[in-house]
Amino acid sequence: MGAIPQTVPAVAGIGLRTPHMVSLAREDGNTALTAPWVEIHSENFLMDGGPRLTLLDAIAARYPVSCHGVGLSLGSAEGLDTAHLTRLKRLFDRVRPALVSEHLAWSVTHGVYLNDLLPLPLTEETLATVSRNVKQAQDFFGRRILMENPSAYVRFAGAIMSEPEFLTRLVEQTGCGLLLDINNVYVSASNSGFDAANYLRSIPAAAVGEIHLAGYEESSAGGAGGARLLIDTHGAYVADPVWDLYAATISRIGPRPTLIEWDADVPELPVLLREAALAQTILDDARLRNSNVA
Amino acid sequence: MSRDTTLADIQRIFRDAVLGADDAPLSAVLEPGQDAGIAVYRTTVQKSLVKALVTTFPVVQRIIGPKAFNDLAQRFVVTAPPRAAHLSAYGADFANFIVGDSDATARAPYLSGVARLEWARADSYFAADAASLESTRLANFAPDSLEGLILHLHPATRLIVSRFPILRIWEVNQPEVADVPRVEMSEAETVLVTRPGAQVVMRKLTPGDAAFIVALMSGETLGEAAEAALAAQSDFNLQAALEAHFVNATFQDA
Repeated sequence: MGAIPQTVPAVAGIGLRTPHMVSLAREDGNTALTAPWVEIHSENFLMDGGPRLTLLDAIAARYPVSCHGVGLSLGSAEGLDTAHLTRLKRLFDRVRPALVSEHLAWSVTHGVYLNDLLPLPLTEETLATVSRNVKQAQDFFGRRILMENPSAYVRFAGAIMSEPEFLTRLVEQTGCGLLLDINNVYVSASNSGFDAANYLRSIPAAAVGEIHLAGYEESSAGGAGGARLLIDTHGAYVADPVWDLYAATISRIGPRPTLIEWDADVPELPVLLREAALAQTILDDARLRNSNVA
Repeated sequence: MSRDTTLADIQRIFRDAVLGADDAPLSAVLEPGQDAGIAVYRTTVQKSLVKALVTTFPVVQRIIGPKAFNDLAQRFVVTAPPRAAHLSAYGADFANFIVGDSDATARAPYLSGVARLEWARADSYFAADAASLESTRLANFAPDSLEGLILHLHPATRLIVSRFPILRIWEVNQPEVADVPRVEMSEAETVLVTRPGAQVVMRKLTPGDAAFIVALMSGETLGEAAEAALAAQSDFNLQAALEAHFVNATFQDA
């Protein structure tokens, strides 16, 4: 297994999607079609063996890899599935990821996996549950994980904490880092009626280890009382207001590894790389301004 | 939200809402007017799982059509949602579910057999890696010790026995076949699924070869399996059968 331990630089990478794997893995491939780092959905690589894992080995030998989990269900009241933890650990031993991330969400109850990032009421009980699960996962993996803010489509009655407050306390209690998904902040802010810029200013900057950018789409059915309902589909270009929030965040906290997520209606690789190049210009601007100040 | 409603309660209520159709208990723990949001979660959960089944069972879908498949897959999803978070493991029970689904079996009696074949393909594709047994290794054994040899199947080898010609049905229902020809349904087929390289290979076995593999699977020696093969088919050619198994990585180099 040729994977070498790497760190992800504070530059723009792309989500690794099945149609692009062969061309990205190719040694003699077109040099214009390479990325500085890639992110996989861990759950797509938890099989025992076969061609898909062989191809992943070739990718991991060429690029720093980030493992982004969608199924550990760190918000589950019933605790974590040790079989799933074990499979994830086996994958990490294989690709030696530079980053490991999960979501502030749940998907498992009574052992049933619901295949979506379901929302959590932000209560003291939930904070205690997520804290316990994050600590268990970090101990099991022997490494820090980054927690991503989800996109929200419902609001719980009686939720007592804002998401930034919840995440700040989770970082304090567990030592985890944050994966700041700026599109999710924008989508949740629009759906739930809070201020996205204010949210982003309330996030502990030092804990942010990675940023996600993606496209949203508007539900044709609409939301409550005819309001807009935005859905985080990962199937479109990054929207202008999200680029603005990203530029403001990078300017304030400095460059961070940034990832373009596009996993529905996956476009040709060059389209994905152009979106990453756009993010890179914003990162370069911030770096330039910082060096001018110094 | 009542003070007594725990996180575990909310997650159970949420599961019932996204797998079922009754929003009322979930609405009671949300702010008013969240129906559209609940629908987003329900749609994502159900559609993404149906999509996973479409990926694994494209021929079942082609045989009964997208609408009937969608309904069938949806019934399966809400009855037997996944128990593991990696969806490459989802669908092992789909063929059995089809057997008990009167609408599906009425559409095509061979549907569950085809589903078993498609699951075997997926299961083989994702099975563990291992070196396969080559013919040269067998040459190292003294001829009189061959009879007592135990051959182990490769982790990616699967055997599917059907009273229908499932491989023929699979072949004529590929996307590139525009006009599906009539298939003679009276012929039973035993299909061996193996993974000699990056692709899964399917082969219809002769009655002798089928008996040979079944015997090896139950732990019998090479000699005993060859006898079982000859009993099932008097002109069974052991040498030719073994050569094909070596080429197709049927056995593991233990």
